[in-house]
Amino acid sequence: MKTIDPSQVQEKLNELSGETVYVHLETTNGAYANHNDKAFFSAGAFIRNAQLRYIHGKIAGSGPYRVGLETEIGWLYAEGLTDWEIDEEDRVLMAGHDESGRLAVALELSQKPFRK
Amino acid sequence: MTDKHILVIFPHPDDEAFGVSGTILSHTDAGTPVTYICLTLGEMGRNMGRPVMANRESLPDIRLKELKEACSLLGIEDLRRFGMRDKTVEFTDRDALSERLSDVISEVNPTTIITFYPGYAVHPDHDATGAAVVDAVRKLPDENRPGIHAIAFADGSEEALGEPDVVRDVREYRERKLQVIEAHASQTAGLMEQVRSRMEEHDETIEYMLQTERFWTYPVED
Repeated sequence: MKTIDPSQVQEKLNELSGETVYVHLETTNGAYANHNDKAFFSAGAFIRNAQLRYIHGKIAGSGPYRVGLETEIGWLYAEGLTDWEIDEEDRVLMAGHDESGRLAVALELSQKPFRK
Repeated sequence: MTDKHILVIFPHPDDEAFGVSGTILSHTDAGTPVTYICLTLGEMGRNMGRPVMANRESLPDIRLKELKEACSLLGIEDLRRFGMRDKTVEFTDRDALSERLSDVISEVNPTTIITFYPGYAVHPDHDATGAAVVDAVRKLPDENRPGIHAIAFADGSEEALGEPDVVRDVREYRERKLQVIEAHASQTAGLMEQVRSRMEEHDETIEYMLQTERFWTYPVED
């Protein structure tokens, strides 16, 4: 992955606007967060292969970045995004890595379902 | 009882590395076959390598390569993958999982199963795996039940379960154990930096971890 270039991401978000896409959205602080620090409140969520069509997608911020997708009936949002790539299957993979390179958030869009 | 076949059951590639690899090496070196069922490919791992070398979609393929390398270092010739997804084991159909485990247990007829101690293994996938293994073993008639050597590392495990009854000195496998841990580079590169520096400081906890592996025999009949 490489550091997010917001204008390139915006261009790709525009391209996929109105298309049916499959979404992987995830936040995590690791399964051991609370084991390593009892005071830490561990929370996370993920959804894989949610299908949606957004009418308007935007990247915002000055890094780490935020991405919001507006659909006809709702919203999707991710914050803390630092890196991205378009992989060999033409999927848009965005992720936020902490200072040690550990993944904290992921937002991925694909026109084909992701592998389960 | 002499072990004729060991069955190792864990949810993630690298679970076999930390508290178990010396024990596995002692078996494979002695010519005892080891079958390893690994339920997932650690698809949801947070570590992406140092420097970052993986993304969420490429991680499973990288971890599969690492797993195969670790198995080769451990002398494990029979690796079974269950194709489940990391972090979902506790949510899948527990009976269906224990049924699949039963099939392998019947097939390889192990004398001992090594897995996690349900309720004392920190990660929900670990606890769910241990619970499904216990279910599978309970279904067998008494005389056919393998022993379960379970790993517990939640805080308070000793207070709740007593001292582990199987404590193995694995000093002689120290370097090979480190190699197995290092084989899972995408997950362990950061950890290994800490381990190496603590080894240089002759840290007692790290030394104990590298020299000793501890298991609780699970009371299946209770």
